Amino acid sequence: MSLSNEIVQEKLIAKFGDQVSQFATSYGMLSFESPKEINLKVLQFLYDEPSLEFIFLTDICAVNYPNQKGAELVVVYHLHNLKENIRLRYSVSTSLENTDVYTATKLFESANWMERETYDFFGINFVGHPNLKRILNVDEMDYFPLRKEFPLEDQTRIDKDDEMFGRG
Amino acid sequence: MEHNHITLPEGSIEKTTTTLNIGPTHPATHGVFQNIMEVDGERVVSSEQTVGYIHRAFEKLAERRPLYQITTITDRLNYCSSPINNMGWHITCEKFLQIETPKRVDYLRVIIMELARISDHLICNSIVGVDTGAYTGFLYVMQYRELIYEIYEEICGSRLTTNMGRIGGFERNFTNTAFTKLEKFLNEYPKVLKEFESLFTRNRIFMERTQGTGGISAERAMNYGFTGPNLRAAGVDYDVRVHQPYSSYQDFNFTVPVGTTGDNYDRFLVRNAEMWESISIIKQAYEKVQAFKGADAEVYHADVPEYYLPKKEDVYTKMEALIWHFKIIMGEIDLPKGQIYCPVEGGNGELGFYLISDGGRTPFRLHFRRPCFIYYQAYPELIKGGMLSDAVVTMSSLNLIAGELDA
Repeated sequence: MSLSNEIVQEKLIAKFGDQVSQFATSYGMLSFESPKEINLKVLQFLYDEPSLEFIFLTDICAVNYPNQKGAELVVVYHLHNLKENIRLRYSVSTSLENTDVYTATKLFESANWMERETYDFFGINFVGHPNLKRILNVDEMDYFPLRKEFPLEDQTRIDKDDEMFGRG
Repeated sequence: MEHNHITLPEGSIEKTTTTLNIGPTHPATHGVFQNIMEVDGERVVSSEQTVGYIHRAFEKLAERRPLYQITTITDRLNYCSSPINNMGWHITCEKFLQIETPKRVDYLRVIIMELARISDHLICNSIVGVDTGAYTGFLYVMQYRELIYEIYEEICGSRLTTNMGRIGGFERNFTNTAFTKLEKFLNEYPKVLKEFESLFTRNRIFMERTQGTGGISAERAMNYGFTGPNLRAAGVDYDVRVHQPYSSYQDFNFTVPVGTTGDNYDRFLVRNAEMWESISIIKQAYEKVQAFKGADAEVYHADVPEYYLPKKEDVYTKMEALIWHFKIIMGEIDLPKGQIYCPVEGGNGELGFYLISDGGRTPFRLHFRRPCFIYYQAYPELIKGGMLSDAVVTMSSLNLIAGELDA
């Protein structure tokens, strides 16, 4: 039996009802969302269900949408079923005030550093993570640099005396 | 009389293990990583890695660059095979913008990507040799990596950080010199690879140093997110080139070599076997490229004026070319809205680009799935209980590239 995006979607809806939503397919990849409280249940279901077997975690990252009030931060999981060769994208959103999201490290060892990186850049607090500290940035850093509230330097600024870099 | 004894930290007398720092700069690390190891004699009890020493915030930088300026960032990820990263980025953009590339471009890209894969594997395997005490192989094969770099130079003008190609194809057609150099490489290299294999593959010292060290089971490897030769050495035949063909890889005949034990020896063998496959793929691709005749043989890019820089003489003489040139250089092309995840088979695993666009001129967010960042976290498990000297070999056989690790 070959698995398709439609079957995955049906199974998810049959299991979680209206808690999973926003199903869409772009460039051949199924994507959907759920409330962040059930993220582990969804991941576990995708992992355990014999016909789904999304046992390979390709990637975790986060995105900051400053205009979505109450859902500014989105954690994105990319999962892969290696047998059927089908990928999917699953995301949960969280607010800037309460950035708690349950950790996937119990399910995937690979989630450990990916979640640390996500914490490092976006400040997502992965609840239950064994070693949630910064990984690429220095430990003393007190902000989360990939959030949109930190714009990159305006390249046309003229107030900077920086002859070494040709701006002076 | 007052005694000035040295005060030792509490528990240090009773402690039976030694803490050893390897790195950040150490001849055995081949890159900037730190390993804090707890060793009992020569056995590794536990270890902890520190990464991020050359973090350059590529993902943030990419958020204000138009697509064509991001190619230079991808060079600096896995700098042992930067053309794969460049092509991977172009392929991601083309998929995102729904640009069809001509077959000849695909085949030329395949040639370049496989050359890059050979140079990547060549470095990794010969470094494994160096770490087991055999310097000869490394010194010997360097000459042949040089031949590959000369081909790059002929195509794009640079060697290490290549910034090769454009969205839609290549910046110029391959010259005859490039093809002559490619032929020279295809003639000379197989003999050298054979010699390189005979130096190591059945070498008693090498086998005893690498067999049974740094091994991992297929289940654990998948759970740790291994990809590329490291996963295949553990026995999982997952290869992006086969599972999700890009750049017309479906037109080629090649096998995916797999190992069984996932140890250092199997990783070495898988990489060697992949180099043979790469040679075969390059030969097939070269034949296919030569089969194009007439006007088809001059095609080296797709017709995408919005993203592909026009010829310089056209910019000076034609109105439309001048407009596109200006718009591209100033980054004034609006991207469509959407999200895409596009993987390619990099030198050391699945290199993925996750691009999110909100309809602006630059990516809203760009995330790189960097294979060695993900599998390096398995390192403590791979070396636990083994000898310190094996830990060094394990590190080099994982093919860790600091630039990619730290992004």
